[in-house]
Amino acid sequence: MANERIRVYAWEVPVRLTHWINFLSILTLSVTGYYIGDPFIHATSGRQYIMGWMRFIHFVAAYAFLMSIIIRLYWSVAGNTYASFRNWFPFSPKRLQAMRNDIKCYLLIGDKSKCHPGHTQLGGLTYLIMMIIFLFMIFSGFAMYSVSKSGAIWTILGGWLLNVMSLQTLRLWHHLLMYVIFSFAMVHVYISTFSDVKEKSGMMGSIFTGYKYVTHRDWD
Amino acid sequence: MKSNSSGSPDKNKVFDALENKGVSRRDFIKFCSAMAATLALPASFIPKIAEAVVAQKPYLVWLEFSDCAGDTESTLRATNPTIGDIVLDVFSLEYHETIMAPSGKNAEKSLQDVVTNHKGKYFAIVEGAIPMADNGIYCCVGGRSALDIAREVCGNAAATIAVGSCSSWGGIASAKPNPTGAVGVEKAVPGIPLVNLPGCPMNVENLTATIVHYLTFGSLPVLDNRKRPLFAHGKRIHDNCERRGHFDAGQFVQQWGDEGHRQGWCLYEMGCKGPEAFFNCPSVKYNEGTSWPIQGGHGCIACAADNNWDTMTPIYKRLPKVPGFGVESTADKVGVGLAAATAAGLVLHGIGRAISPKKKEE
Repeated sequence: MANERIRVYAWEVPVRLTHWINFLSILTLSVTGYYIGDPFIHATSGRQYIMGWMRFIHFVAAYAFLMSIIIRLYWSVAGNTYASFRNWFPFSPKRLQAMRNDIKCYLLIGDKSKCHPGHTQLGGLTYLIMMIIFLFMIFSGFAMYSVSKSGAIWTILGGWLLNVMSLQTLRLWHHLLMYVIFSFAMVHVYISTFSDVKEKSGMMGSIFTGYKYVTHRDWD
Repeated sequence: MKSNSSGSPDKNKVFDALENKGVSRRDFIKFCSAMAATLALPASFIPKIAEAVVAQKPYLVWLEFSDCAGDTESTLRATNPTIGDIVLDVFSLEYHETIMAPSGKNAEKSLQDVVTNHKGKYFAIVEGAIPMADNGIYCCVGGRSALDIAREVCGNAAATIAVGSCSSWGGIASAKPNPTGAVGVEKAVPGIPLVNLPGCPMNVENLTATIVHYLTFGSLPVLDNRKRPLFAHGKRIHDNCERRGHFDAGQFVQQWGDEGHRQGWCLYEMGCKGPEAFFNCPSVKYNEGTSWPIQGGHGCIACAADNNWDTMTPIYKRLPKVPGFGVESTADKVGVGLAAATAAGLVLHGIGRAISPKKKEE
């Protein structure tokens, strides 16, 4: 009985939708963004518009990413308990203790972890850090975009950052954090697969269907 | 030309006055047109500029502190010799260490005379940074520290114009580790009416235009939050660059002297800081509008940017060095290293998981 599984609707539509918009836009932003920083394709004729298109696609993908983040932030307030922003702040003593168990489990020295219908405590903290990085990418992107624009809207969207750090420092971090996102993505996919296999929770499928399968024992 | 004149008697008076100074009407109108263009004013302002410039003879004192006299050099190469004459004749340059005739006590006296007799009416032009460390002893003129002189002379001026990056924000003198504690005028003498004209060197067209603006309208030009005139520093070099088309196309110089370099392609990959620099070089240019660095085939170094020696270097690389990772580290090396370390960690974890003893499953 204890090992029978309950079907839990964990990820609602906005969560899954923004997950995949994030995936596609980050992929696009990384390729075009890397090109903008280090143009690896060179034009064979002056009639081409390679950098022009790369920048255009980068900016369009950036707007898609921004909208996705706005929807996700809204859903962290409006959505179900698994989407809530509360998952991102695991700083109560009880949750910190749970996080220590998560870490031990991932380091293969702890007990079998509980199968979570939502995020683990460590996962929640990771998404807090990722959200801060995403917001920095958005603001620093708009800050760089603002320098050839005029109007208060660009200052509000990112130009204010230029009072905090120089344009080149900002450019460096905008570039470096791309690799941090790559590292996150690798760990993210690995842990999802790892948990899927270990907990048999259907985690990999859940980001498509929204459903996870949790045992009665873990659910209680 | 003169017989052709259909201007008002007032205008003729203006031109007569100039003729007496040995400046032809044609040269003078050229000068006024250039000023209107630099200030982005319509042609209808040219007569107003002409009258304002002729009617007044403002006193100027030029102070040199921790500098290389590069802005002085730039000024001596004012748009063309005729205009240089106009500048020296129209403005009363009372004190300038490099080009003045008096020396020693006499020189210092002429500075004091202006400060005492024309208090609140003269322009102070400052070239060079002001060292603040150890009570400013690292730059002294006539036994007084630069800081002391700046406080008195700039504090009593109608307006102070900081020419060049050093007086605007410290420039190369304030680059790390800045042993003399060099700063720009804004930090050394806070709270005074100030215009920053950064650049290495600043462009004399912008200096003249700033003064002409003051004479014409009785006020300083519109400044940004770093006290730079918008007419000179409101636009990004990259957006007005003559090589911008090559950037958008994807045509880049990849090596000095390669085919792209000979064809005048974009210098982006050679570390050009045009995308980070705000200056009117592409339109005004230097030395009678002859050329400017990018036209000459070298990338922009963002010489007018605040703290450019620390934030805009390496000159020939797109991105700054990653702090704490050694001289040769680029962001990409660090980034690829981070991604590789992550991948390696995951592989190790997978192996660890495969060989670790199976926990008893319930």
